[in-house]
Amino acid sequence: MTARSLFEKVWDDHIVVAETPDTPAVLYIDLHLTHEVTSPEAYNVLNARGLPVRRPDLTLATLDHSTPTVPVRTLADLERVADPAAAAQIRVMIDNCRERGIRMLGFDSDQRGIVHIIGPELGITQPGKTIVCGDSHTSTHGAFGALGFGIGTTEVGHVLATQCLLQRKPKTLAIDVEGQLPAGVTAKVLILAIIGQIGVGGGTGHVIEYRGSAIRALSMEERMTVCNMSIEAGARAGMIAPDDVTIEYLNGRPMAPQGAAWDAAVRRWRTLPSDPGARFDRSAGIAADGLRPMITFGTNPGMVIPIDAPVPAGSGEAGFRKALQYMGVEAGKPMLGQPVDVVFIGSCTNARLSDLRQAASIFRGRRVAAAVRALVVPGSQAIKKQAEAEGLDQVFRAAGAEWRESGCSMCIGMNGDTVGTGQLCVSTSNRNFEGRQGIGARTVLASPLTAAAAAVTGRIADPRELLRS
Amino acid sequence: MDKVTVIRSRTVVMPQPDIDTDQIVPARFLTTTTRKGLGKVLFADWRYDKAGQPKPDFILNRPEAAGCAVLVGGHNFGCGSSREHAPWALVDYGIQAVISTGIADIFRNNSLKNGLVPVIVDAATHEWLLGHPGSEVTIDVAACRLELPGGRSIGFPLDGFSRYCLLNGVDQLGYLLQQHEAITAFERNRAWQP
Ligand code: SF4
Repeated sequence: MTARSLFEKVWDDHIVVAETPDTPAVLYIDLHLTHEVTSPEAYNVLNARGLPVRRPDLTLATLDHSTPTVPVRTLADLERVADPAAAAQIRVMIDNCRERGIRMLGFDSDQRGIVHIIGPELGITQPGKTIVCGDSHTSTHGAFGALGFGIGTTEVGHVLATQCLLQRKPKTLAIDVEGQLPAGVTAKVLILAIIGQIGVGGGTGHVIEYRGSAIRALSMEERMTVCNMSIEAGARAGMIAPDDVTIEYLNGRPMAPQGAAWDAAVRRWRTLPSDPGARFDRSAGIAADGLRPMITFGTNPGMVIPIDAPVPAGSGEAGFRKALQYMGVEAGKPMLGQPVDVVFIGSCTNARLSDLRQAASIFRGRRVAAAVRALVVPGSQAIKKQAEAEGLDQVFRAAGAEWRESGCSMCIGMNGDTVGTGQLCVSTSNRNFEGRQGIGARTVLASPLTAAAAAVTGRIADPRELLRS
Repeated sequence: MDKVTVIRSRTVVMPQPDIDTDQIVPARFLTTTTRKGLGKVLFADWRYDKAGQPKPDFILNRPEAAGCAVLVGGHNFGCGSSREHAPWALVDYGIQAVISTGIADIFRNNSLKNGLVPVIVDAATHEWLLGHPGSEVTIDVAACRLELPGGRSIGFPLDGFSRYCLLNGVDQLGYLLQQHEAITAFERNRAWQP
């Protein structure tokens, strides 16, 4: 047997019809996650053709993108608080799921949350699965050694109708991260540093496998943060080999296998890590030891610097200059000390319990600066409940931050939570594109620690100094 | 899907790299439940001012861009969100092909499913196109060739299946549905069940 990588093992295991020079592979999908924004038109196509959903049992739906983060338990509540178009979209989603027999974690569900947070949390995200969603951050699920990738709405229809996709085999990129992350330097910093190194198009056409001692040392929540942003480097997917940490995390989760099925699954999962000598099309490496907190200064996630570095001058391209102008920053000047208007702690990148705990460690005993609006949005209703059981909500509230229901919220600004024109927002989300958080909004991507530090100081600040004091 | 065989058009050029799908269709327009009519919000935040009036200096608002069906974009065009609203909006607006040195994976996949032809060219050709907006070009899908003014012709990569689907207006769902028996056999015979 030739040595195979983790990706190749999962890929090979799902080939229904092999790829030929003339035809792509037919790839089987084990889990199809759906949300309200990218599925309606797919159901329209199914309805128009009179097609059934092939495997409603392998499909799971939730509400996250355009869903309000103020308390909503019923459709009547929704009509009151949501934009009419967003409410209509949610209603269509609920109807589609009911008609098609798809399990839907709606307003009345304690398991509702951001689609990439609930899959792992429920234990339905598992090693060796193929997982898709009409959402690019499906790469998050790769943290478990699954092959998770985002698809368009036409492909959502393909999966609903056939449980399969037509795919060309991607290339592979191994990224080795050796060493130990210093104090105050988190998984978010690591992935920002990787994107800064390989570039926003650096992973195009590839599936990344993150390896090395620094990756092995990460918790599952941290691994998800890393894999989540693989798409920000253009990669099709990001994967991490399953190990004891993965298995420990999944054990006992509501949708994870139980009993004998669990034992069989674990045995299978143990065979998934890349074989010694497995070949990758490309490789790259980064040292964890010297990393400092990273923040973005421009309008894509590759425009990133250590927090205490000046904004670079670039090589004079018009696009680079336009980005600096949009952000209101100047080459050669530091980001550190820039006044901040909004702080957003949330999103599928950084809204898990450990992220909230980190943020709370900065907020505790401090106040949000007078000029700042700080919004803390847990990634799921389950996380919200856990955080409240630990009293984290009290820490945020006492500091003067808003504590919300779960959802995508200000990450994408579709539900009414937006950043105003010209305002600077330090955000734990994953995209600092122009207008992502609101028309004319300026986004600085950062870790939960750095975001919390910005909230309490009112400026872009190095969280390590607050951790020390 | 309509057949796409030959596209003949002047080019409209947007040279900046990394044009993401949030720019192509801002998120606040994603609350729609149909693909129709998105052309009017294509590049909305670059195209219109706060009052909803066209910004005169944005390329798509300039008279020379009228009727152009080929968009030449900077490197890594279509990165970011998987929203198929991006190719829907481009097609609804009248764009039939996007040319760049790099086109993001998901956007490329979505484009091919909507008859929008992704054309990858080398850096030198790209530079020429960026420097010559409004050039009359021909994209021959059957031959996988891009013809520039003056008779220069460059091949571009397009796998046989995508080409077949474009040329024949085949939508891929039909092809997948034909695999029904193979899919059923796979489900029955696999070593484990999800
Ligand atoms: S949190 Fe943001 S990036 Fe994640 S799924 Fe929601 S909108 Fe997308």
